[in-house]
Amino acid sequence: MQRRAILGYGAAGVGAVALMLFVGWWQVDGPGGPEPIGQRPVALTAMDFRLTDHEGNAVGPETLIGRPTMAFFGFTYCPDVCPTTLSDISGWLDDLGDEADEMNVVFITVDPERDTVETMAEYVGYFHPAIRGWTGPEEQIARVADGFHATYERVPTESGDYTMNHSASVFLFAASGRFVTMIDYHEPREFAVPKIRRALKEETEGAT
Amino acid sequence: MKKHILTGTLTALLTLGGLSVPALAGPEDVVVENAWSRASIGMNRPGAAYMTISNTGDEPVTLIGLATPLAMMPEIHETKTNAEGVSSMSPAGEIVIAPGESIALEPGGLHAMLMRLQEPMTEGDTFPLTLLFDDGGEVTVEVPILGIAARGPED
Repeated sequence: MQRRAILGYGAAGVGAVALMLFVGWWQVDGPGGPEPIGQRPVALTAMDFRLTDHEGNAVGPETLIGRPTMAFFGFTYCPDVCPTTLSDISGWLDDLGDEADEMNVVFITVDPERDTVETMAEYVGYFHPAIRGWTGPEEQIARVADGFHATYERVPTESGDYTMNHSASVFLFAASGRFVTMIDYHEPREFAVPKIRRALKEETEGAT
Repeated sequence: MKKHILTGTLTALLTLGGLSVPALAGPEDVVVENAWSRASIGMNRPGAAYMTISNTGDEPVTLIGLATPLAMMPEIHETKTNAEGVSSMSPAGEIVIAPGESIALEPGGLHAMLMRLQEPMTEGDTFPLTLLFDDGGEVTVEVPILGIAARGPED
């Protein structure tokens, strides 16, 4: 009798542990888990924001639907990462040549206080002509970042100014607005250009 | 990728030719190559300069700071990108270069951050940048200013 009782307790114990493990998995990694940081952006069709491009046109996520999109965040007072990203993208676009003509390329500032429409116009003028610069009120920029699951943060510098920490990846969307993939900062061109072609290809497939 | 020897005539010659060279003063074991920077838009934004600094001697050298007439606050900064893809930038502090080793100041990593520019950085110009070492030694390089969209010293 005693032995059977012990076995019974043992079975119950194993069951309880298994249940705890399952509940733990569900809440942490499983469908019940919180959204991980650095998660994929939602589709452009699920985003809602109002910005202004560097030519003064009102723009939003719907502006991008119908053509594949390459979008990234930065700010014009950024001495290192942003000019590097813009130069990289200019190089990728040169590599793609005519293929890139039917693509949206959007540089969205995370520093609207300093990056006015005029500032964005001057800055993007130094890079590939396909690159558009978008700015807008801080609360609208925050909505863009939410949709992209991107982050940015204002950090004071010793010189009395401030700099911005921000997501440095380049996000690729299909013409339908569906998120395709991202290009991480420092990713070599051998990987970046094929990824862009993938986003471009989805457009063709979607259109036929 | 030529290594320049610290001789007066060569310095003068190559400076005239617009190439970057280590100047006379300073730890003779320090060699600076491939210095370049990007043009600025006006004077409000910080600039950045890049180069490779090699220690060809037998003792470690410690880079403690920068000086240039171009900027009031030149400082070595480091860009880091974390696992979530977020980039941030902070002062790098002192940098020890072991004997026979080099450090690369390159886009997305270490860079000479030129804060409070005193004049705009104009494509085609050069500016002197002095590296300060903990033993009181200095090395001055003439840094070419390339276009805003430059990707490296050859652009």
